[in-house]
Amino acid sequence: MSAIHPQLNARGELQHLLSLDGLPRDILTRILDLATPFTEVAEREVKKVPLLRGKSVFNLFFENSTRTRTTFEIAAKRLSADVINLNISTSSTAKGETLLDTVDNLAAMQADMFVVRHAASGAPYLIARHLAATGGDHIHVINAGDGRHAHPTQGLLDMYTIRHYKQDFENLTVAVVGDVLHSRVARSQLHALATLGVPEIRVIGPKTLLPTMVDRIAGPRGLRVFHDMREGLRDVDVVMMLRLQNERMQGALLPSPQEYFKSYGLTPEKLAMAKSDAIVMHPGPMNRGVEIDSAVADGGQAVILPQVTFGIAVRMAVMALLAGA
Amino acid sequence: MNIRIKNGRLVDPANGADRRADVFIAQGRIAGVGECPAGFTATRTLDAAGCVVCPGLVDLSARLREPGFEYRATLESEMAAAAAGGVTSLACPPDTDPPLDEPGLVEMLKHRARLPEFAKVYPIGALTEKLEGKRLTEMAELAEAGCVAFGQANIPVVDTQVLQRAMQYASTFGFPVWLQAQDPYLARNGVAHDGEVASRLGLGGIPVVAETIALAGILHLAQATGARVHLTRISSAAGLEMVAAARAAGIQVTCDVAVHHLHLSEGDIGWFDPHARLDPPLRSLADRDALRQGLASGAIDALCSDHTPVDDDAKLVPFAEAESGATGLELLLPLTLRWAAEMELPLSTAIARVTCDPARILGIAAGTLSVGAPADVCVFDPAAQVTVSREHLRSQGKNTPFLGASLAGRVRWTLVDGVPVFG
Repeated sequence: MSAIHPQLNARGELQHLLSLDGLPRDILTRILDLATPFTEVAEREVKKVPLLRGKSVFNLFFENSTRTRTTFEIAAKRLSADVINLNISTSSTAKGETLLDTVDNLAAMQADMFVVRHAASGAPYLIARHLAATGGDHIHVINAGDGRHAHPTQGLLDMYTIRHYKQDFENLTVAVVGDVLHSRVARSQLHALATLGVPEIRVIGPKTLLPTMVDRIAGPRGLRVFHDMREGLRDVDVVMMLRLQNERMQGALLPSPQEYFKSYGLTPEKLAMAKSDAIVMHPGPMNRGVEIDSAVADGGQAVILPQVTFGIAVRMAVMALLAGA
Repeated sequence: MNIRIKNGRLVDPANGADRRADVFIAQGRIAGVGECPAGFTATRTLDAAGCVVCPGLVDLSARLREPGFEYRATLESEMAAAAAGGVTSLACPPDTDPPLDEPGLVEMLKHRARLPEFAKVYPIGALTEKLEGKRLTEMAELAEAGCVAFGQANIPVVDTQVLQRAMQYASTFGFPVWLQAQDPYLARNGVAHDGEVASRLGLGGIPVVAETIALAGILHLAQATGARVHLTRISSAAGLEMVAAARAAGIQVTCDVAVHHLHLSEGDIGWFDPHARLDPPLRSLADRDALRQGLASGAIDALCSDHTPVDDDAKLVPFAEAESGATGLELLLPLTLRWAAEMELPLSTAIARVTCDPARILGIAAGTLSVGAPADVCVFDPAAQVTVSREHLRSQGKNTPFLGASLAGRVRWTLVDGVPVFG
């Protein structure tokens, strides 16, 4: 096991963005800083800057996700890159080609950047290791979500959103609510919150949806675990809701969406436990009436749509940083 | 051929020997130790100065991948690996394709393995047909064909009534039953120990209770049926405690541990290293330390390589999709030595765990250099360093978490029935 995280090069610079676990604070902050000017690009008449002109960005989606793929596509196009979308779950791997064969083929097409979504935790690490071993290390890999492991750009855009509304992280109490066990979003959020020095990080959920050692996810400092949502939301500054997949009703994890909503759905009444200026976030797509009440989702404390807008700028910042801009 | 191995340090735990003594070999057997037998003339002399002379290693689990998985390994490649690793007897689990559930398959394997340059192969017959856990195999016939015990490799018998009857039937004939304790439901979708690392990396977890719940069932059935049970690949401190308690209560049971589990823990998965995908999974540091201690005290009877050659294609995939297992025949000796050195154990204790102790579990005449015993011998230089590399490994399986590691203990000669097969 190497001491250096595989997403950093020998000089400690960002070579790939694979995870927020082990991403140094200065790089994380730099991405957030870099994103700020990019939010203005969208407000111009010509929504483009030439930072990635002539570069080819391949969206490699081994698992379907129109929304995430679209945000990466917009980010790359606003940086003037050429974008190629590959929906691989329905093409080559179905014909028996291995993941690394696919990567070799695309590398041979002079790709500059791979944006990878895969159902297996760690798949982007495999790709990054393979590129390093085959002389393809000029190609940058961005993890767009791998299994239950990480969704680093989502974690970054969430941090950008918190900073936008709360200015700094040092006095905050933040709660992550829901299906942490299956959530790559939650893991990235928890790592980033810990790295940025949030003094009190809470997770709230039933025991069936929390990893065995959830208190150790964000490093040795630990976090507070709550099973009672009202208690967990008391005096928090930020509420980060997680999406609940319907298939969690199978496998004896939960009895029903109705019962889940009763215990862990965010209603105005439960939100009232948080600070009066608390913000409510959600990575989308939302299940109204399952993890969040419409009155909250559409209410004044929700910052769910600004998250989407900031997501484009943050992804532009990541791509620009990787391309050395 | 008469061979004299001279100037070596003889370590023969079965006879309590650790001293400077020459070993004399004639007609495939140990003819004398220390003193030259009357009328003995050496046709070949091996100078073992600076080396340890010990019984050939007895490995309780080495997958040879024949029949069925010849693209992963062949008898030839894995026997060369055994010889290079000082292993002279090995048990192979029944999870071949087809599984070892018919006498004809066992006879064919025994026949293929009969070459003089090969280690002695002891097949473990399938306990149930196709390892499906439904119908019993013809154990008496399989034993006649050469099976020394019956087991399921790492595929559990889910139906406890079938398991009970299989144990009753085996014990009717006095056949040992080898079982790996893992509850298939609790292990479902699991690929790593359900602990800190799996939580952080988002990998499906296999909790310790998957081992202890299955163990409880097996131990109760062992007591009820009187079957001689050998538990393969204990992985947790809690599991080990249960085995110790069962033995204290008089239940006939032995157990082993795989050599990787003495040195590695969940943390060695690092950033999704598929080489650390093993079955049972690498557990916590506390579990690893308990296994190291248990093997030293004898609470765990024997150490094995759990040799499992896996081709690159099955490892160059995301962690959860990778096939489990690591190559081990050539690493068993150096990793045993490393464990002994780190635990500050006498060399003879370490050697016992890979020679006479596993031989006792198998019930075979091996693992000792007593006069008259088959001359299965390993001569190794305990100080010589070996760097583990793909080129260095003779096994067709290059899959090991120890690639690049430098380990002390290089085999100089391996002899099977008095014939040098390596060196």
